[in-house]
Amino acid sequence: MTTLAAADSHLRGRHTKGRLFSWLLGAMTCFGIVMLLLLLVQVLRQGASWLRPEFLTRVASRVPEKAGVLPALVGSIYTIVITALFAVPVGVAAAIYLEEFAPRNRLTRIIEVNIANLAGVPAIIYGLLGLALFVRLLHLQRSLVSGALTLGILVLPVIIIASREAIRAVPSSLRQAALAVGATRWQTVWHHVLPAALPGVLTSVILALSRAIGEAAPLIVIGASAYVPFCPRKLTDSFTALPIQIFTWAGLPDPKFQNVAAAGIIVLLALLLTMNAAAVIIRQRAGSKLKW
Amino acid sequence: MVSPTPSADAQPVTPQTGAAAAVDVVLRCEQVSVSYGEKAAVHSVDLAVEAGRVTSFIGPSGCGKSTLLRTFNRMNEFIPGVRIDGRVLYRGQDLYARDVDPVQVRRCIGMVFQKPNPFPKSIYNNIAWGPLINGMVPRAGRRGYLDDLVERCLRGAALWDEVKDRLDENGLALSGGQQQRLCIARALAMEPEIILMDEPCSALDPRSTQRIEDLIDELRGRYTIIIVTHNMQQAARVSDKTAFFYVGELVEFGDTDQLFRRPREKRTEDYITGRFG
Ligand SMILES: Nc1ncnc2c1ncn2[C@@H]1O[C@H](COP(=O)(O)OP(=O)(O)OP(=O)(O)O)[C@@H](O)[C@H]1O
Ligand SMILES: [Mg+2]
Repeated sequence: MTTLAAADSHLRGRHTKGRLFSWLLGAMTCFGIVMLLLLLVQVLRQGASWLRPEFLTRVASRVPEKAGVLPALVGSIYTIVITALFAVPVGVAAAIYLEEFAPRNRLTRIIEVNIANLAGVPAIIYGLLGLALFVRLLHLQRSLVSGALTLGILVLPVIIIASREAIRAVPSSLRQAALAVGATRWQTVWHHVLPAALPGVLTSVILALSRAIGEAAPLIVIGASAYVPFCPRKLTDSFTALPIQIFTWAGLPDPKFQNVAAAGIIVLLALLLTMNAAAVIIRQRAGSKLKW
Repeated sequence: MVSPTPSADAQPVTPQTGAAAAVDVVLRCEQVSVSYGEKAAVHSVDLAVEAGRVTSFIGPSGCGKSTLLRTFNRMNEFIPGVRIDGRVLYRGQDLYARDVDPVQVRRCIGMVFQKPNPFPKSIYNNIAWGPLINGMVPRAGRRGYLDDLVERCLRGAALWDEVKDRLDENGLALSGGQQQRLCIARALAMEPEIILMDEPCSALDPRSTQRIEDLIDELRGRYTIIIVTHNMQQAARVSDKTAFFYVGELVEFGDTDQLFRRPREKRTEDYITGRFG
């Protein structure tokens, strides 16, 4: 008869292995968190004292003490709003179509694979596309709307892929229930599938927009200006955005501009956090009504 | 809709001589075969379902009962690669004819699923939604009409007394058995002529099962019910007619009494006496 108390050496070995791995995983997690904290601390140390109210209301300047972030902040907010207005309807619609309506054939599969590939294309390539398409072909100039549309195309694959994931996660029993009482495909999607997928879709949208708001490369390619002393008023105004402004400051020879750049980073992070918080709140509101 | 003939219940129908004229067939399968891609699931089934009766489908797992049931309200369509041959006639009209709209089919032929699947909406809206989206609710006096409808359907599904004070609660907050009755109420709201039930009690405890069986008994005569079940006693208790399937074929179809007492086929006998399946 085997005794339960004394574990044999083999079992002890297995326990040791298990502990080893949990330690290893914990250590990896810590590494990630420590790196993030270091980054945050560094940025806060450099920038916090430069983050005065005037910093938020002034325009860029050659003098570090007088430099402000207002045009970049407003530019970023406008850009992201226009990006969202363009990319969210198009992306979610595409996701719905692919998931609920598209015939399962080779063409659909080719499209799906390509969307997945597009999500991995470097941002700068999208900048070149935006330059050719919006700036040159459509004559939208190096403007707010060109930048926003470029970012929109950049995040479209991410929105489509993640929204499809959310739509697919809706149990098919719900669709069947709706169809069985004589709903059309569209009624089923609109009344049941979309509301159920909404929390996931929102998460995907926020993730995508968070990516867009931090992008500098494509905007630089399409020619967003580094120095804009005013806030954009029209869609066709030239503009700048936070990442570009930060990038410009960080490249200036005067070491004080490093602190200005850090203050800009704090503003960008605050904007990101606000967006994410909004997403969490909306998600909880929507999610609390749904469960199965 | 043609109302079912109550006279058929009055006298015992003998299978062979059977008063053929009095039999009101609401659904007829003619050489129905269904396959999923290369894989055949139902072979050449001929079957006539009588109006107002409860018909049960029995047979071992994987013999095609659910598949055949889903052909009756065209729910098979959403499975990629499915192929349906033969004709399914509902009151003489081929359900798969070109000009037939599957949405219209599902309005007349309701379905209750194996796992209760209420909408994540209020109890009230679970029932009101079907008639609303189908434009069955008159514009004037909409609220009153719906209130009546909800009460009637919940009473019809023997659920009213348990939920009448909490119609605004989420349908998912009910117990499994209550959810299943809510799903039946939801089906009743469409005033279908036929209700298909695919193992409606398989996720329920004996008491809830009892209630659903009682409910089926009450619905008999007013609705035509086709129920798939793995529970032989249940088939014997609730159904007037029983069809026994075996690997995609309809082996035997007849009055429930006769099929369980004196099966004509050896395979039926083996199955109902528990020798295989
Ligand atoms: N969606 C599907 N795709 C491919 N094959 C399927 C699908 N659904 C069912 N089948 C196959 O068709 C056959 C019949 O399945 P069906 O679900 O109709 O059986 P059933 O009699 O309802 O079984 P159970 O009693 O276990 O519910 C099975 O062999 C099954 O593997
Ligand atoms: Mg089944």
